[in-house]
This record gives sequence, structure tokens and C-alpha cells, in this order.
Amino acid sequence: MERKNARFGWVFLAPFAVVFLVFLVLPLCYAFWMSLHTNTLAGGEQFAGLENYTKAFSDQRFLSGMARVAGFALVFVPLQIGLALVFALILDDVRTRLSRFSRLLIFAPYAIPGVIGALMWGFLYSPSFGPLVSFFDFLHLQAPDLLNRDSIFWSLTNIVTWQWTGYYMIIIYASLQSIDPSIYEAARIDGASKLQTALQVKVPIVTSSLVLTMVFALIGTLQFFTEPQVLAPLAGNAIDAAYTPNLYAYNLAFSYQQFNYASAISFALGLMVFLASIIFLIATRKKSGLN
Amino acid sequence: MIKGKGLLAAGITTALAAAMVGCSNDSGGNSSAGGDGASKTNCTNEIKVKDVPVVTYWAWFEDTAQTVDNFNNSHDDVQICWSNAGQGADAYTKLSTSLQSKSGAPDIVQIEYDWLNSFLLQDGLVDMTEYGIEEYKDNYTEGAWRDVSSGDGVYAVPVDLGPVGLWYRQDLFEKYSIPIPTTWDEYAAAAEQLAAASGGETLIGNFAPNGQGQHYAFLDQAGAVPFDFDNGNPTEISINHNDDASKKVFDYWIDLVDRDLVGTDQAWTPEFSTALGSGRYATAIYPVWYNIHIPALEGADTDAVWRAAPIPQWDAANPKQVNWGGSTLGVTVQADDAELATKVAAELYEPQENKELGVEVGGLFLADPEMIESAYFQDRPYDFYGGQQLNKEVFGPAALEYKGVTFSPFTQFYYDESQRLLSEAIDGSMSADEAADELQASLEAYATEQGFTLK
Repeated sequence: MERKNARFGWVFLAPFAVVFLVFLVLPLCYAFWMSLHTNTLAGGEQFAGLENYTKAFSDQRFLSGMARVAGFALVFVPLQIGLALVFALILDDVRTRLSRFSRLLIFAPYAIPGVIGALMWGFLYSPSFGPLVSFFDFLHLQAPDLLNRDSIFWSLTNIVTWQWTGYYMIIIYASLQSIDPSIYEAARIDGASKLQTALQVKVPIVTSSLVLTMVFALIGTLQFFTEPQVLAPLAGNAIDAAYTPNLYAYNLAFSYQQFNYASAISFALGLMVFLASIIFLIATRKKSGLN
Repeated sequence: MIKGKGLLAAGITTALAAAMVGCSNDSGGNSSAGGDGASKTNCTNEIKVKDVPVVTYWAWFEDTAQTVDNFNNSHDDVQICWSNAGQGADAYTKLSTSLQSKSGAPDIVQIEYDWLNSFLLQDGLVDMTEYGIEEYKDNYTEGAWRDVSSGDGVYAVPVDLGPVGLWYRQDLFEKYSIPIPTTWDEYAAAAEQLAAASGGETLIGNFAPNGQGQHYAFLDQAGAVPFDFDNGNPTEISINHNDDASKKVFDYWIDLVDRDLVGTDQAWTPEFSTALGSGRYATAIYPVWYNIHIPALEGADTDAVWRAAPIPQWDAANPKQVNWGGSTLGVTVQADDAELATKVAAELYEPQENKELGVEVGGLFLADPEMIESAYFQDRPYDFYGGQQLNKEVFGPAALEYKGVTFSPFTQFYYDESQRLLSEAIDGSMSADEAADELQASLEAYATEQGFTLK
């Protein structure tokens, strides 16, 4: 009986396994094979061993892209998770029809495809038309240029926060919903205020969800791609072809025809993402309860 | 940002790249046996005659649907199967990927002049001199022929050109009594006068950080030769991007930027088109093909009066005409029958009927001297421009006098770097000279890394 079950298990797993192998594992292997070769425009294809990797880690454009996404991560992760936590705590406490509507409203940006969201914000940011200009015109002020080199960091931060906070909020909110109400009763009997209950009872209990969402946010930030790619034509002065490592890999492959080096850059990025996630998980293992 | 919902689909860029490359490697393999059956059944047009050789064709000319139909109707020995693979960079990305994977490229493909060398370096295009292209040479202008040639080879047939002129707001120039500039000195002077007379409301024009095709034309006009490359000797290249002529061009424009006499909008953005439409800019230095864009500018002044004049000159006594844009038809190495494809590419725009479709439906400025000199073309009035005969007065002579240039063999990298460094010069992080020097250093480093020897 048990054996039969096991066989059925494989049958159910098979469709996924095939897709997983054909569209993820095989391409990854092929990409890794490519990353070990070089194919220069004027030369030919040769085996290069780890040469592309040594090149990647001494490539100023890759490294400055890494530094940039690290900077983004320092801002994105606390900002998004912090806001998501605050919203989740408030919505968990306020139970009216309005709170259901607010929940939907905060979540809505996540339902909008990333490319569409970025295009929309690109329009809103536009320094010579769009609502922002009308608003500043009304005040007889010069509209700020949100797409120049100084402001692009915050413009991107805004888009990403807008898009992802709702998603993280739902995860944290779901986790809050699963808390046994008798715990709150105990806290109330002990004389805890709402704020104390939130900070000292609720937050510790949902820590593992917080860590999970932070890992999502961290991985997402290191892979940052869509928003800078979409805004680049509008903010060409501020976003170059190597703005983030993922963008760099994309441009290397599809704009410069350097498929081999692009593969190496992708794997190097993958390695950095892996390391960052592991370090983060180790650093938070006591709090998260994930070990 | 990529995560959650898109993790599998978009998590690893290379997995995507590799998937495309990997799959087609398994199915294709033999580079000469491209143009697989599948793509031939995916024609946008109808194949009129069955059981004859079919040539696949990627293009985005506005007139393609009709010119291809005409061709198919008038040929019972060969048919064209046309599809639109996207415009410009989209099509090039697909072409590069097909070349890399050795399958999926069409027999004939529309490529702009400035991208040809990039595809030569990928061994993507056949040398048409092996298939008798020389006998068609007289059908094309001198400059266009030079642009499709590299060394002794010819790698595409020219279709249209983009001779450059000065589009200007006649009403604004009259309002402030400023003469239309014919030299760059006059252009700078007019820029000062316009800004002063209008209290800074109206600038003479725009210097786009991403105006790469325009900048290349500017460099060519000043006598610079940024790249010298010959496909007969493809591992050698000379790069001169910080010589006196190049620096003269950069200095001139960055100086206008620094004095707030020109704008710095990105090209092809609503910002630029709003500024041009609303009278913020009084001129635009664009090719003939810009004539269809001007009437469609966003928020356009209703009383705007647009006209065209020849491009300003450095030396009025020795005028030099330049080109920006226009397309060619190349035959890819994956063509089943490169000789047949070459013949089709060369003859698609040969019948008068197709030439006229190109002009009237496609808005093309054909690189065909006979056409350029014909009464049909010369006398054509352009209604939006007050009936001005643009071809006779401005762009015809410019196209015939254009001598051709050599483009970069790594166009996208060059364009990206030039945009990055010019942006820094524009916002004052470095001087124009420093930007030119940095660009030179960066291009040299890239070329060396790509296995070139610098001449």
C-alpha cells in the first residue's frame, strides 16, 4: 500500500518535475557551461574556466551595481517591512468595513503588473507634464525633476515600496490572524495597553513571518530589474546599462551579445544573493524560529 | 522588481537567455539549414504562388505589407514571407539571439545602417558581392553604398536614407526678427538672441544625451572619424573619439547647454515632444523622416508654422551633408538560398509601383538617385510645411552630397557609453573634453577586451 502511494506521489509530481527540469535546471546547467567559456566579438569561442568569474568580481560596473542594490536593500527592506507591519497591526486591531476596504486598497498595487506600475509612475514623475506639474504650476513653483541622478534613488524606492508593501502586509496580517485570541485576553488581564500588546505580544509571535518577508524583500532587491529597466528610457541620465547587476546581465546578453559573460554575471549575482540570504537567516535564526 | 509571482519566470535572466539558446541549439544545429519550416508558415502576408521558393523577411517599414503583396503578385518563381519582428532594438535582439542559436533568423532582414557592422561582427550577414550585388550599385546613392560596404564586401542593399536638415518655427523666428542660421556660429548667435528676446521662454533647440544617431552625424559633419573598421580585416579597429574634430562638436554643444541656450531632454520622450510642440524649442535638427512626427507633436501650438532648411555648416564655403537613420536589407547567413535572397532584397524596391508605395505609404526617402532626381519626388509638396518642396529644397541635395561613414562594430555598447558620459558632461560632473577622453578610453578598453587590435 505504501509503495503504491509512493508511486502515485511520483505521478503527481511528474508534470512539475518535467517543467522544472526542462525550464529551470537544464537552462541553468547550460548557462553555467556558457559561463565557463568566452566568445569575443572579434575572436571565437574558447574554454575559459573561471576567467569570466574573476573578471566579474573585478568588473567595476558589476561591483558598483552590487553596491547600489546593497544600498537599495538597506532602504527597501526596513521601509517596506516596517510599513507592512504597521499596516498589518492597525488592520488587525480595527475591524470595520472600512478596514476591509483599506486592506484591499493597500494590497491593490501588488495586483498591478510591475511593468505597468513602473510605467504609471514614470508618467507621474514626468517633469514637464502630468499631475505633478499641474500641482506645482498651481502653486507657481517649478516641479522637481524626479528622474535625475540625485532623485532617482528615492523615485525608485517609492515605486517599489508602493508595489510591495501590500503583499508583505497580507503575509504578516495572515500570521496575526492565526494568533489565539486567548493570548490577547491574558495580556489585557495583565493590564497591557493596545500598544504594549502590539509590540510585546503580537510582534514577537509573527517574527518568523517578518523574517520570511525580509528574505523575500532582500532577494527581490538584489535582483532589482523591472523598474530601472522601464524608467531607463525616461531617465537615461540617471539609469545606465549597468545600473543593477541584473540589468547589466540582461544588457550584456541581449544588447552586447556577450552571452558567456552575462551567464557568469548572473551566476555571480546568484551567488551573492545566496550568500546574503544565508547570512541574513543565520543572523536572525534566534528570533525567527526557522531553525 | 522580481520576486514572489515572477520568481520562476524572471528570477534568473540567464536561465531565460539560455533556455532560448539551448532549445534552439537542439533543434537547429546546422547554420546553413536555417529558415525552418515553422517560420515560413507564420507569414503576415498571403503566399500567392505555391510550390516555389519562399524567402522569409523581417521588416517594419510602413509600406511593407503592400510592397510585399506587389512583389508576390508579380513573381511566380519566388515568394516573400513577411513578418514584423518589432522595430529597431526589438528586432535586433531577436536577430542576435537567432544568430547566437544558429536558427530562427529570416533570410532577409531590415537593419539600420548604424547596426550593420555589429551584425558583421557576429558573422550574421552574407557578403552580397558573392551573389552579384555589384550590378545594382548604380541604383543607390554614393553615401548609401558606402554605408553598406565594409572593405571589399557589401553586406546589405540600401532602402532609404535620412538626410539631415534644420526644422524650424518660421513664426518664432519672424516674431523675434532672427535670421535662419546657416552656420553653427549663426546657430549659436540665434540661440542667444532667441533666449534673450523671449526671456528664456524659447530655446533654439535640444541636445539629447541619448541622441546617438544625431551625434554621430554631427561628428561626421565636423570631419571626425570615430571608428575605422573593415570587415576584410575584422580584428583591427581604429577609434578616434577624442580628436580635435570630435572635441569641437562636444565642446560646442556642451557650451550651449552650460549657457542654458539649449534643452537636454531625452530624445523620443513625451518631454521632448511636448517642448518641441509647445514652442519651447524653435528648431529641431532631424532627418527628413521627422516630417511625419512634427504634425503629431504633443500639445502643439495651433499657430506653429514649420519649415525646413539645410543643416547649419561649420564652414559655409565647404558644406558637408550628413545622414541619420534609414534602413537596409541584409541577407543573413541562415538564408536557404543567399543568392536568391540577395536578388529579392535588391529588387523589392525596384518597380516604380513599390518605390511610390515606399514614398507615399512608408514615408521613405529612397536611397535611389534616379528617384531623388525625379520630378515626381522633387516637386512633391508637403502640405503641413506650407507646401514647401522639402525634397527639392533641402533633403534631395543633402542625400546626393552625403558621402557615407563607417559605423561602430559594437553599436549598442558605444551608444550606451556615449549617453552615460554625455549625461555627465551635461550635468556638469565633467567637462566636454573629459567626456570625450573617457569615452575614448572606455571604447578602447572594450575593443581590446573583445579581441580587437587597436590600429
